[in-house]
Amino acid sequence: MAGVLVYVESRGGAVQPVTYELLDAARRLATAGLGEVICCILAADAEAIAPQLQGADRIVTMQHASLSPYSAEAHAIALASVIESCPPDLVLIAYDSVGLDLGSCVSVRTGRPIVAYCTALGLGGDALEASSLVYGGKLIARTRTRLPAVALVVPGCFDEEAGKSGGRGEIVPLRPPGALESRRVEFVSAAAPDPNELDLTKFDRIVCVGRGIGGADKIPVAAELAAVLGAEIAGSRPVIDSGWLPKARQVGKSGTKVKPKLYIAAGVSGAPEHLEGMKGAECIIAVNSDPKAPIFDVAHYGTNCDLFELLPALTQQLRKG
Amino acid sequence: MHILVVMRLIPDLVEEVGITTDGKGIDREWIDLKLNEFDDHALEEAILLKESGGATVTAVALDGEGVNRLLQSAIARGADHAAKIVHDIPPPIPAAVAAEYLAAAVKIIGCDLVLTGVQTTEDLFGQLAPTLAARLDWPQVSATSGVELGDKGLLVQQEYSGGFAATHAVSMPAVLGIQAASRPPRYVSGTKLREAMSVKIRDIAVSVETAPYGSEIMSLSLPESSGRVEMIDGTAEVVAGRLATILRDRGLVKR
Repeated sequence: MAGVLVYVESRGGAVQPVTYELLDAARRLATAGLGEVICCILAADAEAIAPQLQGADRIVTMQHASLSPYSAEAHAIALASVIESCPPDLVLIAYDSVGLDLGSCVSVRTGRPIVAYCTALGLGGDALEASSLVYGGKLIARTRTRLPAVALVVPGCFDEEAGKSGGRGEIVPLRPPGALESRRVEFVSAAAPDPNELDLTKFDRIVCVGRGIGGADKIPVAAELAAVLGAEIAGSRPVIDSGWLPKARQVGKSGTKVKPKLYIAAGVSGAPEHLEGMKGAECIIAVNSDPKAPIFDVAHYGTNCDLFELLPALTQQLRKG
Repeated sequence: MHILVVMRLIPDLVEEVGITTDGKGIDREWIDLKLNEFDDHALEEAILLKESGGATVTAVALDGEGVNRLLQSAIARGADHAAKIVHDIPPPIPAAVAAEYLAAAVKIIGCDLVLTGVQTTEDLFGQLAPTLAARLDWPQVSATSGVELGDKGLLVQQEYSGGFAATHAVSMPAVLGIQAASRPPRYVSGTKLREAMSVKIRDIAVSVETAPYGSEIMSLSLPESSGRVEMIDGTAEVVAGRLATILRDRGLVKR
Protein backbone atom coordinates (compact mmCIF):
# COMPACT_ATOMS: atom_id res chain seq x y z
CA MET A 1 0.00 0.00 0.00
CA ALA A 2 1.14 3.51 -0.70
CA GLY A 3 0.62 5.16 2.66
CA VAL A 4 -1.20 7.93 4.48
CA LEU A 5 -0.24 11.50 3.68
CA VAL A 6 -0.61 14.22 6.34
CA TYR A 7 -0.89 17.85 5.20
CA VAL A 8 1.34 19.84 7.57
CA GLU A 9 0.01 23.12 8.95
CA SER A 10 2.70 25.57 9.99
CA ARG A 11 2.64 29.20 11.01
CA GLY A 12 5.80 31.30 11.09
CA GLY A 13 7.92 28.18 10.70
CA ALA A 14 6.28 26.34 13.62
CA VAL A 15 4.32 23.15 13.02
CA GLN A 16 0.80 23.50 14.47
CA PRO A 17 -0.25 21.01 17.21
CA VAL A 18 -3.09 19.57 15.11
CA THR A 19 -0.53 18.23 12.61
CA TYR A 20 0.88 15.91 15.30
CA GLU A 21 -2.64 14.65 16.03
CA LEU A 22 -3.01 13.84 12.34
CA LEU A 23 0.35 12.03 12.40
CA ASP A 24 -0.95 9.84 15.24
CA ALA A 25 -4.09 9.05 13.21
CA ALA A 26 -1.93 8.31 10.17
CA ARG A 27 0.36 5.98 12.14
CA ARG A 28 -2.62 3.97 13.40
CA LEU A 29 -3.94 3.57 9.84
CA ALA A 30 -0.47 2.78 8.51
CA THR A 31 -0.10 0.04 11.10
CA ALA A 32 -3.58 -1.25 10.25
CA GLY A 33 -2.49 -1.84 6.66
CA LEU A 34 -1.96 1.42 4.78
CA GLY A 35 1.85 1.15 4.75
CA GLU A 36 3.85 4.22 5.65
CA VAL A 37 3.25 7.66 7.12
CA ILE A 38 4.12 10.49 4.76
CA CYS A 39 3.84 14.15 5.58
CA CYS A 40 3.89 17.03 3.20
CA ILE A 41 5.30 20.48 3.99
CA LEU A 42 4.37 23.22 1.55
CA ALA A 43 6.23 26.39 2.50
CA ALA A 44 8.88 28.84 1.36
CA ASP A 45 11.18 27.27 4.00
CA ALA A 46 9.80 23.70 3.95
CA GLU A 47 13.14 21.98 4.49
CA ALA A 48 13.86 24.02 7.65
CA ILE A 49 10.52 22.87 9.10
CA ALA A 50 11.15 19.17 8.38
CA PRO A 51 13.17 18.36 11.58
CA GLN A 52 10.03 19.09 13.65
CA LEU A 53 8.31 16.07 12.10
CA GLN A 54 9.82 12.94 13.63
CA GLY A 55 6.51 11.06 13.45
CA ALA A 56 6.62 10.57 9.67
CA ASP A 57 8.49 7.94 7.64
CA ARG A 58 8.84 10.23 4.64
CA ILE A 59 8.72 14.01 4.69
CA VAL A 60 7.88 15.44 1.29
CA THR A 61 8.92 19.07 1.04
CA MET A 62 7.96 21.58 -1.61
CA GLN A 63 9.50 25.04 -1.46
CA HIS A 64 8.14 28.06 -3.31
CA ALA A 65 7.74 31.71 -2.34
CA SER A 66 3.98 31.56 -3.02
CA LEU A 67 3.48 28.86 -0.36
CA SER A 68 4.21 31.14 2.64
CA PRO A 69 2.09 32.56 4.10
CA TYR A 70 -0.74 30.14 3.33
CA SER A 71 -2.98 30.85 0.38
CA ALA A 72 -5.75 28.52 -0.75
CA GLU A 73 -4.93 28.41 -4.43
CA ALA A 74 -1.16 27.92 -4.14
CA HIS A 75 -1.56 25.18 -1.53
CA ALA A 76 -4.27 23.42 -3.54
CA ILE A 77 -2.02 23.41 -6.64
CA ALA A 78 1.00 22.20 -4.65
CA LEU A 79 -0.84 19.56 -2.62
CA ALA A 80 -2.54 18.12 -5.71
CA SER A 81 0.89 17.90 -7.35
CA VAL A 82 2.37 16.08 -4.31
CA ILE A 83 -0.58 13.65 -4.24
CA GLU A 84 -0.15 12.86 -7.92
CA SER A 85 3.54 12.13 -7.47
CA CYS A 86 3.23 9.93 -4.31
CA PRO A 87 0.29 8.86 -4.63
CA PRO A 88 -1.05 8.00 -1.15
CA ASP A 89 -4.15 5.91 -0.35
CA LEU A 90 -5.42 8.53 2.05
CA VAL A 91 -4.80 12.25 2.61
CA LEU A 92 -5.48 13.69 6.08
CA ILE A 93 -6.15 17.42 6.53
CA ALA A 94 -7.27 19.10 9.76
CA TYR A 95 -10.86 20.27 9.87
CA ASP A 96 -10.19 23.98 10.50
CA SER A 97 -10.24 27.08 8.29
CA VAL A 98 -7.47 25.61 6.15
CA GLY A 99 -9.20 22.24 5.85
CA LEU A 100 -12.48 23.91 4.88
CA ASP A 101 -10.59 25.92 2.28
CA LEU A 102 -8.32 23.25 0.86
CA GLY A 103 -9.86 19.80 1.39
CA SER A 104 -12.69 19.80 -1.13
CA CYS A 105 -10.57 21.62 -3.68
CA VAL A 106 -7.89 18.92 -3.52
CA SER A 107 -10.59 16.23 -3.57
CA VAL A 108 -11.94 17.50 -6.90
CA ARG A 109 -8.51 18.21 -8.38
CA THR A 110 -7.29 14.67 -7.66
CA GLY A 111 -10.60 12.88 -8.31
CA ARG A 112 -10.76 11.43 -4.78
CA PRO A 113 -13.89 11.34 -2.61
CA ILE A 114 -13.80 13.37 0.60
CA VAL A 115 -15.33 12.75 3.99
CA ALA A 116 -15.43 15.64 6.48
CA TYR A 117 -15.85 16.19 10.24
CA CYS A 118 -14.06 12.87 11.07
CA THR A 119 -13.57 12.02 14.75
CA ALA A 120 -12.48 8.38 14.28
CA LEU A 121 -10.87 6.55 11.36
CA GLY A 122 -10.39 2.86 10.58
CA LEU A 123 -10.07 0.43 7.70
CA GLY A 124 -12.67 -2.05 6.48
CA GLY A 125 -11.30 -4.12 3.63
CA ASP A 126 -10.24 -1.73 0.91
CA ALA A 127 -12.23 1.24 2.25
CA LEU A 128 -11.92 3.94 4.87
CA GLU A 129 -14.46 3.65 7.68
CA ALA A 130 -14.95 6.94 9.49
CA SER A 131 -17.17 8.43 12.17
CA SER A 132 -18.16 12.05 11.67
CA LEU A 133 -20.12 14.57 13.70
CA VAL A 134 -23.00 16.04 11.69
CA TYR A 135 -26.00 18.28 12.36
CA GLY A 136 -24.05 20.43 14.81
CA GLY A 137 -22.81 17.39 16.75
CA LYS A 138 -26.32 15.99 17.30
CA LEU A 139 -25.66 12.85 15.25
CA ILE A 140 -22.74 10.64 14.34
CA ALA A 141 -22.52 9.45 10.74
CA ARG A 142 -20.57 6.27 10.07
CA THR A 143 -19.33 6.28 6.50
CA ARG A 144 -17.53 3.99 4.11
CA THR A 145 -15.30 5.67 1.53
CA ARG A 146 -13.42 3.99 -1.28
CA LEU A 147 -9.69 4.56 -1.38
CA PRO A 148 -7.83 6.59 -2.44
CA ALA A 149 -9.61 9.37 -0.54
CA VAL A 150 -9.29 12.59 1.44
CA ALA A 151 -10.44 12.93 5.08
CA LEU A 152 -10.90 16.10 7.15
CA VAL A 153 -10.17 15.32 10.81
CA VAL A 154 -11.63 17.26 13.76
CA PRO A 155 -8.85 18.63 16.04
CA GLY A 156 -8.66 17.11 19.51
CA CYS A 157 -9.54 13.52 18.48
CA PHE A 158 -6.04 12.00 18.31
CA ASP A 159 -2.94 12.04 20.51
CA GLU A 160 -0.64 14.98 19.83
CA GLU A 161 2.28 13.55 21.83
CA ALA A 162 2.12 10.15 20.06
CA GLY A 163 2.43 11.92 16.71
CA LYS A 164 5.74 13.54 17.58
CA SER A 165 7.91 10.46 17.17
CA GLY A 166 8.11 6.98 15.67
CA GLY A 167 9.00 7.76 12.05
CA ARG A 168 12.10 7.36 9.90
CA GLY A 169 12.11 11.01 8.89
CA GLU A 170 13.50 10.57 5.37
CA ILE A 171 13.29 13.92 3.54
CA VAL A 172 12.15 13.92 -0.09
CA PRO A 173 12.22 17.35 -1.80
CA LEU A 174 9.82 17.78 -4.72
CA ARG A 175 9.98 20.43 -7.44
CA PRO A 176 7.13 22.94 -7.35
CA PRO A 177 4.78 22.72 -10.35
CA GLY A 178 4.89 25.48 -12.96
CA ALA A 179 1.23 26.31 -12.26
CA LEU A 180 2.37 28.09 -9.07
CA GLU A 181 3.68 30.91 -11.28
CA SER A 182 0.21 31.89 -12.51
CA ARG A 183 -1.95 32.45 -9.46
CA ARG A 184 -5.26 34.19 -9.10
CA VAL A 185 -5.16 34.46 -5.28
CA GLU A 186 -2.33 36.54 -3.80
CA PHE A 187 -1.51 36.98 -0.14
CA VAL A 188 -1.63 40.69 0.79
CA SER A 189 -1.24 40.98 4.55
CA ALA A 190 -1.58 39.10 7.83
CA ALA A 191 -3.22 40.10 11.08
CA ALA A 192 -2.34 38.66 14.48
CA PRO A 193 -4.48 39.01 17.61
CA ASP A 194 -4.20 42.50 19.11
CA PRO A 195 -2.22 42.16 22.36
CA ASN A 196 -4.23 45.05 23.80
CA GLU A 197 -7.48 43.21 23.27
CA LEU A 198 -9.05 40.97 25.88
CA ASP A 199 -7.29 37.58 26.14
CA LEU A 200 -9.87 35.01 27.26
CA THR A 201 -7.18 32.40 27.98
CA LYS A 202 -6.07 34.48 30.97
CA PHE A 203 -9.34 34.10 32.91
CA ASP A 204 -10.17 31.16 35.15
CA ARG A 205 -13.93 31.77 35.10
CA ILE A 206 -15.97 32.32 31.93
CA VAL A 207 -19.70 32.76 31.38
CA CYS A 208 -20.36 32.03 27.70
CA VAL A 209 -23.62 32.85 25.96
CA GLY A 210 -24.89 31.12 22.83
CA ARG A 211 -27.60 31.75 20.30
CA GLY A 212 -30.17 30.97 23.02
CA ILE A 213 -29.51 34.37 24.59
CA GLY A 214 -31.57 35.77 21.72
CA GLY A 215 -30.08 39.23 21.23
CA ALA A 216 -27.56 41.84 22.33
CA ASP A 217 -30.16 43.41 24.63
CA LYS A 218 -30.27 40.18 26.69
CA ILE A 219 -26.51 39.94 27.30
CA PRO A 220 -26.78 41.81 30.66
CA VAL A 221 -28.61 38.79 32.13
CA ALA A 222 -25.40 36.78 31.72
CA ALA A 223 -23.08 39.73 32.38
CA GLU A 224 -24.60 40.23 35.83
CA LEU A 225 -23.89 36.60 36.72
CA ALA A 226 -20.35 36.99 35.37
CA ALA A 227 -19.84 40.09 37.53
CA VAL A 228 -20.96 38.29 40.70
CA LEU A 229 -18.66 35.35 39.90
CA GLY A 230 -15.68 37.53 38.93
CA ALA A 231 -15.90 35.91 35.48
CA GLU A 232 -15.48 37.25 31.96
CA ILE A 233 -18.34 37.17 29.48
CA ALA A 234 -17.80 35.29 26.21
CA GLY A 235 -19.89 34.16 23.25
CA SER A 236 -20.19 31.32 20.76
CA ARG A 237 -19.73 31.98 17.04
CA PRO A 238 -23.37 32.87 16.19
CA VAL A 239 -23.33 35.48 18.97
CA ILE A 240 -20.18 37.08 17.58
CA ASP A 241 -21.29 36.86 13.92
CA SER A 242 -24.55 38.56 14.89
CA GLY A 243 -22.56 41.42 16.41
CA TRP A 244 -23.90 40.86 19.95
CA LEU A 245 -20.36 40.62 21.43
CA PRO A 246 -16.94 41.60 20.00
CA LYS A 247 -14.73 39.07 18.21
CA ALA A 248 -12.16 38.98 21.04
CA ARG A 249 -14.80 37.33 23.22
CA GLN A 250 -15.41 34.36 20.87
CA VAL A 251 -14.77 30.84 22.18
CA GLY A 252 -14.32 27.97 19.71
CA LYS A 253 -12.58 26.84 16.56
CA SER A 254 -12.54 30.25 14.89
CA GLY A 255 -12.12 32.09 18.20
CA THR A 256 -10.10 31.36 21.31
CA LYS A 257 -9.48 27.97 22.92
CA VAL A 258 -9.90 28.21 26.69
CA LYS A 259 -9.30 25.94 29.69
CA PRO A 260 -10.71 27.88 32.65
CA LYS A 261 -11.52 26.46 36.09
CA LEU A 262 -15.20 27.31 35.53
CA TYR A 263 -17.13 27.53 32.25
CA ILE A 264 -20.82 28.30 32.32
CA ALA A 265 -22.44 27.78 28.91
CA ALA A 266 -25.82 29.50 28.69
CA GLY A 267 -27.92 28.85 25.60
CA VAL A 268 -24.98 27.22 23.83
CA SER A 269 -25.98 24.12 21.84
CA GLY A 270 -22.43 22.74 21.72
CA ALA A 271 -21.56 22.43 18.03
CA PRO A 272 -18.27 20.50 17.55
CA GLU A 273 -16.52 23.77 16.66
CA HIS A 274 -17.49 25.23 20.04
CA LEU A 275 -16.66 22.10 22.07
CA GLU A 276 -13.19 22.09 20.52
CA GLY A 277 -12.55 25.44 22.16
CA MET A 278 -13.73 24.70 25.73
CA LYS A 279 -14.04 20.99 26.50
CA GLY A 280 -10.84 21.07 28.56
CA ALA A 281 -12.42 23.38 31.20
CA GLU A 282 -12.22 21.94 34.73
CA CYS A 283 -15.88 22.50 35.62
CA ILE A 284 -18.49 22.96 32.89
CA ILE A 285 -22.05 23.96 33.74
CA ALA A 286 -24.48 23.86 30.81
CA VAL A 287 -27.85 25.61 30.72
CA ASN A 288 -29.93 24.67 27.68
CA SER A 289 -33.63 23.96 27.27
CA ASP A 290 -32.90 21.24 24.68
CA PRO A 291 -32.13 17.99 26.59
CA LYS A 292 -30.38 16.60 23.47
CA ALA A 293 -28.00 19.57 23.08
CA PRO A 294 -24.45 18.22 22.53
CA ILE A 295 -23.11 20.63 25.18
CA PHE A 296 -24.35 18.11 27.78
CA ASP A 297 -21.92 15.52 26.37
CA VAL A 298 -18.99 17.50 27.79
CA ALA A 299 -20.66 19.22 30.78
CA HIS A 300 -20.16 18.22 34.41
CA TYR A 301 -23.45 19.75 35.53
CA GLY A 302 -26.44 20.49 33.35
CA THR A 303 -29.95 21.84 33.53
CA ASN A 304 -32.81 22.31 31.07
CA CYS A 305 -34.11 25.37 32.98
CA ASP A 306 -34.96 28.50 30.99
CA LEU A 307 -31.77 30.55 31.13
CA PHE A 308 -33.72 33.78 31.60
CA GLU A 309 -35.13 32.37 34.84
CA LEU A 310 -32.04 30.50 36.00
CA LEU A 311 -29.32 33.08 35.45
CA PRO A 312 -31.00 35.84 37.52
CA ALA A 313 -31.87 33.28 40.23
CA LEU A 314 -28.27 32.07 40.39
CA THR A 315 -26.99 35.66 40.45
CA GLN A 316 -29.35 36.34 43.36
CA GLN A 317 -28.22 33.22 45.26
CA LEU A 318 -24.55 34.12 44.86
CA ARG A 319 -25.14 37.72 45.95
CA LYS A 320 -26.56 36.37 49.20
CA GLY A 321 -23.09 34.99 49.86
CA MET B 1 -20.57 42.92 -11.49
CA HIS B 2 -23.04 40.06 -11.23
CA ILE B 3 -23.00 38.16 -7.92
CA LEU B 4 -24.66 34.77 -7.55
CA VAL B 5 -25.53 33.80 -3.97
CA VAL B 6 -26.16 30.10 -3.40
CA MET B 7 -28.68 29.57 -0.60
CA ARG B 8 -29.53 26.31 1.15
CA LEU B 9 -32.16 25.13 3.60
CA ILE B 10 -31.00 22.74 6.29
CA PRO B 11 -32.88 20.70 8.92
CA ASP B 12 -33.63 22.64 12.10
CA LEU B 13 -32.90 19.95 14.66
CA VAL B 14 -34.02 21.63 17.87
CA GLU B 15 -36.47 18.84 18.61
CA GLU B 16 -36.13 15.06 18.74
CA VAL B 17 -34.40 13.71 15.63
CA GLY B 18 -35.95 10.70 13.91
CA ILE B 19 -33.76 8.31 11.95
CA THR B 20 -35.14 6.62 8.82
CA THR B 21 -35.85 2.88 8.95
CA ASP B 22 -32.70 2.04 6.97
CA GLY B 23 -30.72 3.88 9.68
CA LYS B 24 -28.89 6.03 7.12
CA GLY B 25 -30.75 9.33 7.14
CA ILE B 26 -32.88 11.65 9.22
CA ASP B 27 -36.63 11.45 8.91
CA ARG B 28 -37.43 14.62 6.96
CA GLU B 29 -41.18 14.28 6.94
CA TRP B 30 -41.88 16.36 10.04
CA ILE B 31 -38.76 18.41 10.49
CA ASP B 32 -38.61 22.15 9.99
CA LEU B 33 -36.11 23.61 7.58
CA LYS B 34 -34.15 26.79 8.17
CA LEU B 35 -31.79 28.94 6.12
CA ASN B 36 -28.18 27.83 6.54
CA GLU B 37 -26.84 30.67 8.70
CA PHE B 38 -23.59 30.99 6.72
CA ASP B 39 -25.66 31.45 3.53
CA ASP B 40 -27.50 34.23 5.37
CA HIS B 41 -24.10 35.92 5.82
CA ALA B 42 -23.22 35.22 2.15
CA LEU B 43 -26.37 37.03 1.04
CA GLU B 44 -25.59 39.95 3.36
CA GLU B 45 -22.04 40.21 1.99
CA ALA B 46 -23.45 40.30 -1.57
CA ILE B 47 -25.91 43.06 -0.67
CA LEU B 48 -23.12 45.05 1.04
CA LEU B 49 -20.98 44.75 -2.13
CA LYS B 50 -23.96 45.88 -4.20
CA GLU B 51 -24.49 48.90 -1.95
CA SER B 52 -20.83 49.90 -1.88
CA GLY B 53 -19.84 49.47 -5.50
CA GLY B 54 -22.89 48.56 -7.52
CA ALA B 55 -23.71 45.00 -8.50
CA THR B 56 -26.57 42.80 -9.59
CA VAL B 57 -27.35 40.07 -7.07
CA THR B 58 -29.09 36.84 -8.03
CA ALA B 59 -30.10 34.41 -5.27
CA VAL B 60 -30.08 30.83 -6.46
CA ALA B 61 -31.04 27.52 -4.86
CA LEU B 62 -31.48 23.91 -5.82
CA ASP B 63 -35.24 23.36 -5.89
CA GLY B 64 -36.94 21.72 -2.92
CA GLU B 65 -39.46 22.23 -0.14
CA GLY B 66 -39.53 25.83 1.07
CA VAL B 67 -37.22 27.13 -1.67
CA ASN B 68 -39.72 29.64 -3.15
CA ARG B 69 -40.08 31.36 0.21
CA LEU B 70 -36.34 31.23 0.79
CA LEU B 71 -35.67 32.99 -2.49
CA GLN B 72 -38.46 35.53 -1.94
CA SER B 73 -36.90 36.44 1.40
CA ALA B 74 -33.59 37.01 -0.43
CA ILE B 75 -35.37 39.45 -2.76
CA ALA B 76 -36.84 41.22 0.28
CA ARG B 77 -33.31 41.52 1.66
CA GLY B 78 -32.06 43.23 -1.50
CA ALA B 79 -31.33 40.57 -4.14
CA ASP B 80 -32.39 41.66 -7.65
CA HIS B 81 -33.31 38.28 -9.10
CA ALA B 82 -34.04 34.77 -7.90
CA ALA B 83 -33.60 31.45 -9.68
CA LYS B 84 -34.10 27.84 -8.72
CA ILE B 85 -32.44 24.88 -10.35
CA VAL B 86 -34.67 21.96 -11.27
CA HIS B 87 -33.35 18.55 -10.16
CA ASP B 88 -34.52 15.21 -8.77
CA ILE B 89 -31.80 14.41 -6.19
CA PRO B 90 -33.07 13.58 -2.69
CA PRO B 91 -31.52 15.52 0.23
CA PRO B 92 -28.89 15.77 1.58
CA ILE B 93 -27.21 16.57 -1.74
CA PRO B 94 -23.42 15.97 -1.67
CA ALA B 95 -21.35 19.06 -2.53
CA ALA B 96 -19.91 17.33 -5.59
CA VAL B 97 -23.42 16.76 -7.01
CA ALA B 98 -24.67 20.25 -6.09
CA ALA B 99 -21.55 21.69 -7.75
CA GLU B 100 -22.38 19.93 -11.04
CA TYR B 101 -25.82 21.57 -11.13
CA LEU B 102 -24.50 24.95 -10.01
CA ALA B 103 -21.62 24.93 -12.48
CA ALA B 104 -24.15 24.35 -15.28
CA ALA B 105 -26.39 27.12 -13.88
CA VAL B 106 -23.46 29.54 -13.65
CA LYS B 107 -22.87 29.04 -17.37
CA ILE B 108 -26.53 29.80 -18.14
CA ILE B 109 -26.97 32.78 -15.80
CA GLY B 110 -23.44 34.17 -16.14
CA CYS B 111 -21.76 35.85 -13.18
CA ASP B 112 -18.46 37.26 -11.91
CA LEU B 113 -18.64 36.06 -8.35
CA VAL B 114 -20.33 33.22 -6.47
CA LEU B 115 -20.88 33.60 -2.72
CA THR B 116 -22.15 30.84 -0.46
CA GLY B 117 -21.83 29.82 3.17
CA VAL B 118 -18.55 28.21 4.22
CA GLN B 119 -20.33 25.05 5.36
CA THR B 120 -23.62 23.49 6.44
CA THR B 121 -24.33 21.05 9.25
CA GLU B 122 -24.87 18.25 6.72
CA ASP B 123 -22.10 18.72 4.13
CA LEU B 124 -20.40 15.51 5.19
CA PHE B 125 -18.97 14.89 1.71
CA GLY B 126 -17.16 18.19 1.23
CA GLN B 127 -17.89 21.89 1.23
CA LEU B 128 -19.65 23.59 -1.67
CA ALA B 129 -17.47 26.69 -2.26
CA PRO B 130 -14.14 24.88 -2.90
CA THR B 131 -15.90 22.06 -4.73
CA LEU B 132 -17.70 24.43 -7.09
CA ALA B 133 -14.57 26.53 -7.60
CA ALA B 134 -12.51 23.47 -8.50
CA ARG B 135 -15.30 22.30 -10.81
CA LEU B 136 -15.37 25.71 -12.58
CA ASP B 137 -11.58 26.13 -12.30
CA TRP B 138 -12.13 29.49 -10.61
CA PRO B 139 -10.08 30.80 -7.65
CA GLN B 140 -11.64 30.37 -4.23
CA VAL B 141 -11.23 31.49 -0.63
CA SER B 142 -13.26 30.02 2.25
CA ALA B 143 -13.83 31.04 5.88
CA THR B 144 -14.02 34.72 4.95
CA SER B 145 -15.01 37.50 7.33
CA GLY B 146 -14.87 40.49 5.02
CA VAL B 147 -14.96 41.19 1.26
CA GLU B 148 -14.40 44.46 -0.55
CA LEU B 149 -13.89 45.47 -4.13
CA GLY B 150 -10.36 46.72 -4.81
CA ASP B 151 -8.69 48.17 -7.91
CA LYS B 152 -7.57 44.81 -9.28
CA GLY B 153 -10.27 42.53 -7.94
CA LEU B 154 -11.50 41.50 -4.54
CA LEU B 155 -9.80 41.97 -1.19
CA VAL B 156 -10.88 39.08 0.98
CA GLN B 157 -10.23 38.59 4.67
CA GLN B 158 -9.78 34.97 5.75
CA GLU B 159 -10.01 33.94 9.41
CA TYR B 160 -7.91 31.31 11.16
CA SER B 161 -8.17 30.00 14.70
CA GLY B 162 -6.72 31.94 17.62
CA GLY B 163 -7.63 35.36 16.22
CA PHE B 164 -5.22 35.19 13.25
CA ALA B 165 -6.38 36.42 9.86
CA ALA B 166 -5.01 37.24 6.41
CA THR B 167 -6.10 39.39 3.50
CA HIS B 168 -5.88 37.96 -0.01
CA ALA B 169 -6.34 39.64 -3.40
CA VAL B 170 -8.59 37.46 -5.53
CA SER B 171 -9.13 37.94 -9.24
CA MET B 172 -12.59 37.34 -10.69
CA PRO B 173 -14.45 35.25 -11.61
CA ALA B 174 -14.19 33.62 -8.20
CA VAL B 175 -16.05 31.65 -5.54
CA LEU B 176 -16.03 32.62 -1.84
CA GLY B 177 -17.13 30.53 1.15
CA ILE B 178 -18.46 33.11 3.60
CA GLN B 179 -18.11 32.56 7.34
CA ALA B 180 -19.26 35.99 8.49
CA ALA B 181 -20.35 39.01 6.47
CA SER B 182 -18.57 42.34 7.01
CA ARG B 183 -21.67 43.37 8.99
CA PRO B 184 -24.32 41.19 10.68
CA PRO B 185 -27.27 40.23 8.43
CA ARG B 186 -29.94 42.91 8.34
CA TYR B 187 -33.50 42.71 9.59
CA VAL B 188 -36.21 42.56 6.95
CA SER B 189 -39.63 44.05 7.55
CA GLY B 190 -42.82 42.08 7.05
CA THR B 191 -43.92 44.62 4.42
CA LYS B 192 -40.86 43.92 2.28
CA LEU B 193 -41.39 40.18 2.68
CA ARG B 194 -44.99 40.50 1.55
CA GLU B 195 -43.95 42.60 -1.46
CA ALA B 196 -41.42 39.94 -2.43
CA MET B 197 -44.08 37.21 -2.46
CA SER B 198 -45.14 38.32 -5.96
CA VAL B 199 -41.63 38.23 -7.44
CA LYS B 200 -41.19 35.75 -10.24
CA ILE B 201 -38.63 33.04 -9.62
CA ARG B 202 -36.82 31.83 -12.69
CA ASP B 203 -36.66 28.08 -13.24
CA ILE B 204 -33.28 26.87 -14.52
CA ALA B 205 -33.22 23.49 -16.21
CA VAL B 206 -29.79 21.98 -16.70
CA SER B 207 -28.57 18.72 -18.10
CA VAL B 208 -26.28 17.05 -15.61
CA GLU B 209 -25.01 13.50 -15.33
CA THR B 210 -23.86 12.45 -11.89
CA ALA B 211 -22.14 9.22 -10.92
CA PRO B 212 -22.54 7.64 -7.44
CA TYR B 213 -20.23 9.36 -4.96
CA GLY B 214 -17.29 7.34 -3.63
CA SER B 215 -18.41 7.65 -0.03
CA GLU B 216 -21.69 6.66 1.58
CA ILE B 217 -23.37 6.85 4.96
CA MET B 218 -23.65 3.40 6.55
CA SER B 219 -25.50 4.55 9.67
CA LEU B 220 -26.57 7.60 11.67
CA SER B 221 -26.80 7.49 15.45
CA LEU B 222 -26.86 9.67 18.54
CA PRO B 223 -23.40 10.36 19.98
CA GLU B 224 -22.45 8.56 23.17
CA SER B 225 -22.51 10.91 26.11
CA SER B 226 -19.43 11.15 28.29
CA GLY B 227 -21.84 10.01 31.00
CA ARG B 228 -20.30 12.43 33.46
CA VAL B 229 -22.99 15.08 33.36
CA GLU B 230 -25.13 15.42 36.47
CA MET B 231 -28.46 16.85 35.35
CA ILE B 232 -30.16 19.10 37.89
CA ASP B 233 -33.95 19.26 37.67
CA GLY B 234 -36.45 21.52 39.39
CA THR B 235 -37.56 25.12 39.38
CA ALA B 236 -35.06 27.86 38.56
CA GLU B 237 -34.75 28.66 42.29
CA VAL B 238 -34.05 25.02 43.21
CA VAL B 239 -31.49 24.57 40.42
CA ALA B 240 -29.86 27.93 41.23
CA GLY B 241 -29.57 26.90 44.89
CA ARG B 242 -27.89 23.61 43.98
CA LEU B 243 -25.51 25.30 41.50
CA ALA B 244 -24.60 27.98 44.05
CA THR B 245 -23.69 25.22 46.53
CA ILE B 246 -21.57 23.43 43.91
CA LEU B 247 -19.76 26.67 43.01
CA ARG B 248 -19.05 27.47 46.67
CA ASP B 249 -17.93 23.91 47.48
CA ARG B 250 -15.52 23.96 44.54
CA GLY B 251 -14.16 27.38 45.46
CA LEU B 252 -15.42 28.92 42.23
CA VAL B 253 -17.12 32.01 43.64
CA LYS B 254 -15.46 35.41 43.94
CA ARG B 255 -13.66 35.79 47.22
